[in-house]
Amino acid sequence: MNNLIQYILGIADNALILGQRLGELCGHGPSLETDIAMTNISLDLLGQTRSYYQYVAKMQGGEATEDTVAFLRLEREYKNVLLVEQPNTDFGYSIARQFLFDVFHLALLEELQNSKDEMLAAIAKKSIKEVLYHTRFSSDWIKRLGDGTEESHNRIQTAINDLWIFTDELFHQTDADKAMVTEGIGVDTSLLKSNYYKKVSGILDEATLQTPVVEYFQKGGKQGIHSEHMGFILTELQYMQRTYPNMTW
Amino acid sequence: MTEQLANIDQKLFEILETVSDPEIPVLSIMEMGVVRSAELKNGIVEVEITPTYSGCPAMDVIGDDIKAAFRKEGYEAKVELILSPAWTTDWITPKGRAALEKYGIASPLAADADKEALLGNKKLVKCPQCGSLNTKLISQFGSTACKAFFQCEECLEPFDYFKCLK
Repeated sequence: MNNLIQYILGIADNALILGQRLGELCGHGPSLETDIAMTNISLDLLGQTRSYYQYVAKMQGGEATEDTVAFLRLEREYKNVLLVEQPNTDFGYSIARQFLFDVFHLALLEELQNSKDEMLAAIAKKSIKEVLYHTRFSSDWIKRLGDGTEESHNRIQTAINDLWIFTDELFHQTDADKAMVTEGIGVDTSLLKSNYYKKVSGILDEATLQTPVVEYFQKGGKQGIHSEHMGFILTELQYMQRTYPNMTW
Repeated sequence: MTEQLANIDQKLFEILETVSDPEIPVLSIMEMGVVRSAELKNGIVEVEITPTYSGCPAMDVIGDDIKAAFRKEGYEAKVELILSPAWTTDWITPKGRAALEKYGIASPLAADADKEALLGNKKLVKCPQCGSLNTKLISQFGSTACKAFFQCEECLEPFDYFKCLK
């Protein structure tokens, strides 16, 4: 059961942290429409997170609730990939981060729908409909920025170049992941990798952008070793629960 | 839809019909298709509801409203949220679609047409105000996650379009 919990956190924490990052744009998006779109995506992701965390809390039993899972863990206990914690440096970075994650997320959920774990399969089936819209939104913006003005082209290219080193980690498998794959519950992400890069490159190509080539990829999040940004995210995310323990709305 | 709800007793159905969607008050939760079952067991009404979108903030309110509606009729109700099968816009009833349009929200197109409309490739979404098809996409996400934002180029009114979810 511990492997299952760790496996689920690996998926759910991505949704929580990316949801939190997108939530930061509430009232700060570059235009009203993109502001609303990105916070709506955030809402979808937080909704998905809740379903996963409720399931985790049920397995943990005792006093555990979705809130204790979300708010009362320490940094090392979060298993999200480094990509989702990267900051909203500019709109290009927010879109590049979203796009690089969405393409992976969609492929993951397509497989997770067939999980032997009925709850995970149900959450995946529900989420996939939402993630289709996210992927469409971010892919569309990649093309608009890439094939837009010289300024937008350069900015989105810079963001893609900078975030590229975080893409390989999406396909890393922890021991818990591998155990769940063996049991037919988890998705073997190594099988998604070549298609992912093909799909991403195809859209970058359409957007007149270069697919970066790098020799070194950054990793660590899935083991709980996060970038310097994570502490700031958690400080804000957990502020209310840390300041007023056990508060409820 | 009708098949799925065959086990709902007429009396319970009528009470559930009085509960409206808090974000689209012209629609009852029955017309939205979010109630999956309702049964009277040992004096307690057990209701299963399913969210439209995972993050739909209306679900908690809907649960409370269901309990309140039954309490008013002398029943105690228990509400459970289920995820499977996942909600689809196909479960919005014809009456519900008409209510949406009347309220000023364009109702969902079929999946293929929806994609074309949301990519801005074809003009397929009809303005709920003047009925013109000369409309344009403003944003793929509107006032809530389940809607996109459009504007009519004839009467110039902006409006929400309820996205197809299948």
